[in-house]
Amino acid sequence: MMHSSVWLSLLLLLPFVGAAVALVLRRRQGAAYLVAVVTSAIEVALSLFVAFSYKSTVAGAQGFDFAVRHVLSNPLGLAYDLAVDGISIWLVVLTAVTVLFALLGARDRRDEGSYVAWQLLLLGCSMGCFLAHDLLEFFIFFDLILLPCYFMLTRWGGLQGRAAAMKFFLYTFLGSAFMLVAIIYLGVTHVHEFGGALTFAYGAIGQTTTSHVVSIWLFAGFAVAFAVKAPIWPLHTWSPSTYEQAPAAAGVEMSALLSKLGTYGLLRFAVGLLPAAQSTVRPVMLTLAIISILYGALVACTAKNLRTFIAYSSLSQMGFITLGVMSGSVIGTQGAVFLMLNHGLITIGIFLLVGYLERRRANVTIAELGGLQRPMPVYAGIFTLLMLATMGLPGLSGFVGEYLILIGTFGTHAWWALAATLGVVASAAYWLWAYQRSFHGAVDATNAELPDVSSRERAAVVPMVVLIVVLGVFPGPVLSRISTAVTALVTHVSPSGVSK
Amino acid sequence: MTLHVPAINYLALLPFLLVTAAALKLLMLTALMRRRIATSLATWTAVVAGLAVLGTTLVQWYELDRYGSSVTAAGAIVYDPFGVLMTAGIAVSLILAVLNGHDWQRREGIVGAEYQMLVLLAAGGAILMAQANDLIIVFLGLEILSIALYCLIAFNRRRQASAESAMKYFLLGGFAAAIFIYGVALTYGATGTTNLTNIAYFLGSNHLLHPGLLLAGGGLMLVAFVFKVEAAPFHFWAPDVYEGEPTPLSGAHASIVWAGAFAALVRIMVVALGSQQSTWRPLFFGLIVASIATGALLTIQQSNAKRLLAYASVTQSGFVLLGIWAGTASGVAATTFYVVTYGPVVLATFAIVGLVSGPGDSDHALTRYQGLSRRNPWLAASLAVLLLSQLGVPFTTGFDAKFGVLAATLDAGNVWGAVVAMMGAAVAAFAYLRWTTTLYADVDETLAPLVVPWATRVVVGFGVLTTVVVGVDPGLITSISSHATLLFQ
Repeated sequence: MMHSSVWLSLLLLLPFVGAAVALVLRRRQGAAYLVAVVTSAIEVALSLFVAFSYKSTVAGAQGFDFAVRHVLSNPLGLAYDLAVDGISIWLVVLTAVTVLFALLGARDRRDEGSYVAWQLLLLGCSMGCFLAHDLLEFFIFFDLILLPCYFMLTRWGGLQGRAAAMKFFLYTFLGSAFMLVAIIYLGVTHVHEFGGALTFAYGAIGQTTTSHVVSIWLFAGFAVAFAVKAPIWPLHTWSPSTYEQAPAAAGVEMSALLSKLGTYGLLRFAVGLLPAAQSTVRPVMLTLAIISILYGALVACTAKNLRTFIAYSSLSQMGFITLGVMSGSVIGTQGAVFLMLNHGLITIGIFLLVGYLERRRANVTIAELGGLQRPMPVYAGIFTLLMLATMGLPGLSGFVGEYLILIGTFGTHAWWALAATLGVVASAAYWLWAYQRSFHGAVDATNAELPDVSSRERAAVVPMVVLIVVLGVFPGPVLSRISTAVTALVTHVSPSGVSK
Repeated sequence: MTLHVPAINYLALLPFLLVTAAALKLLMLTALMRRRIATSLATWTAVVAGLAVLGTTLVQWYELDRYGSSVTAAGAIVYDPFGVLMTAGIAVSLILAVLNGHDWQRREGIVGAEYQMLVLLAAGGAILMAQANDLIIVFLGLEILSIALYCLIAFNRRRQASAESAMKYFLLGGFAAAIFIYGVALTYGATGTTNLTNIAYFLGSNHLLHPGLLLAGGGLMLVAFVFKVEAAPFHFWAPDVYEGEPTPLSGAHASIVWAGAFAALVRIMVVALGSQQSTWRPLFFGLIVASIATGALLTIQQSNAKRLLAYASVTQSGFVLLGIWAGTASGVAATTFYVVTYGPVVLATFAIVGLVSGPGDSDHALTRYQGLSRRNPWLAASLAVLLLSQLGVPFTTGFDAKFGVLAATLDAGNVWGAVVAMMGAAVAAFAYLRWTTTLYADVDETLAPLVVPWATRVVVGFGVLTTVVVGVDPGLITSISSHATLLFQ
């Protein structure tokens, strides 16, 4: 029996209702904020309920559950179509968690009503992307997400927020333009092949056959959009300025959550729907992933402040996820999905910590920090733990993902896996060096006065730390749900010649 | 010698007759009354005429559904769902344009019925073009439309810019009309008829060994239309004319004029010259790429709201042309959807532009929009929605319209057209977004609140509601427009 789709509709629509209520209440002190927190807390509860009651064995649904489909316009092929599988449920959870903790940990009282309304819109659109079981619907939410990002960057961002927002918008909008063409092309091809009305339903498009050359072009169309979003080298150049200028909450959401849209889309659409292209594009994408890993690591060493440091370290991490997604192996892909969840959780924590530091001092320029361990021991402790998780220390969640990705890739593309191992070493190096410069050494007069994290601030990051430890020790419940969906997807793409 | 009067289906002609009668009524009143007649009387006359046309189209739609399409007036007028739908679109635009004009007249202190009368005539011309099945009728409609526009552009005699842009539009429009009639003559020479159905029949049953005459004729006719719909490379008049003419009229260009011109273009290209598709498609493709590229690149450099919107409509008309390029039923349906839904959006946008510029109607700098959200949050939010709709953001008609033409283009096998169009849209998005952020920019000085008069309120409300409601659920309008265009190939 399939679960009722009501839960997914609730997940999707609640944030939009919350945003509207927050806008109406924007003049009341704190009311809008409360609405936003309550809305996203309900979203977290709902998403956890969906994640743990999800069944991968619904007959005839190819691993999807909670499915619903209503056609809105036949000539346009527009439909309301939701479903989740073992890959998307965890990203749905991550979406709700990210926005809730961004709200809790990075409250910003300037024009608060509009700000939280934008965040709830971002939550709704991001939910839409992960719940969508239809290419056009996915695209609509994928494109719509740009608006909250753009307006949050311009109105609440740093001094160069406008310039950064424009750069971000142009990159992502241009990228998604190519994807739209690819999506429509697939829809039209499906009609030519099977007849009937124009449709973009995921299952229907999956049956469409495209020639080798055409599917390479289509892959390129998708890959450009997702490589911008992730980001993957060489389309990452918007990310340092955006992460630097973003207001704290939007920064958390963009780095922890929106980057996953890129790798999720890559896996679900560019890999899942275009089996014919894989043999050709895999080496190219794997190489780009390796470059992202190593380039990100190198530039992170030279980053001047903690925010750009996170941007480049994220680039490196997203390179790992891309490596797993493109590895063509079940284990590697599984690791990639797991790492998406983890990188999200870790980044929420780290970005919040950077935000806390910004409340205490004007900037987070690494050269002006130093010795922070002494005035802020708890802060340094949490930072260390998150850092170790990113570096892939066994026992913490980052290790599980990276390990699975490397093992999986080694089975299919040994040379690339070998190169990626260098990245693991490099990540230890750049993180430890940045840590050393910021937290060790002599503390100067201004930094010595900085107060440690308050209990309120602690409440927003400690759950991340707990989750990271729990997932590091017991990845089973999450991994088991991921593995059925990933196995189905990978065996569909390359039925033969898949190593385990 | 006896004069044969062909049988005429008056129900088919009723929309045209209604608006012309309303225009004549206002003309007679103006001529006979000693005092100038009140603006509100003129406005209501025009609005009632528009509503009557809408009602008529509803009756026509159901009659056509039952009995099918036909031609009337000796085959010169075609009575089909496509024409009826375009007429309904023109009627809506007519009402909105008249309401825009009402508040504008109040602001400028202009009393009288001339504006309403001329807009009614222009709408009549557009309706005639939408229903034409003969090149002569197309020309007739084009001239009725254009002459009304020449007067309207020069309407504000106290403004020099107004006269200047009228002269510009008149000279170029006169040339365009002459070029069109020359094209008609050459087409007649090549095919022996000016009737669109007969041209299609002639070209379908004969193979032209020397198609030069037809090519020249078709090309010249195309030039006239490209001029009217502001597509590159005949768009040069648009920014100057938009800037100089009364603001309520600028909205009419991309709604009333577009509906008439694109409908006639569809009939000429897809119906009459459909068999020559392989010849005109490359030409169209050139026009589309030129329009989208020049429009988008010039839009982002503008600092004046009206000039920005003028260049933006160059890009938009490139998108509409994509649907005609496809030439398929779905392509024409997409074009129809685009034109019908773009009208209310662009008219509502110009209603706000006129209001923000205030009395004098001459300062349209984008800096005037700074902090509009402080002066009137609802107006700012409406403008934001309208601009985002033109940008093509999902859940607005702008997205559905662009999506429709892209799907038709790709269906017809033109991947590059779709890619170019999307890149153009991305570039133009920059301009719309920058304008939208201006609305919410922080300003130090305290600005006086902006009061929105009722007519503008109606236009803006209708535009915003249309774009959001139809944008979220385009099912009804898309199925109507595909139903209306089923018979095109």
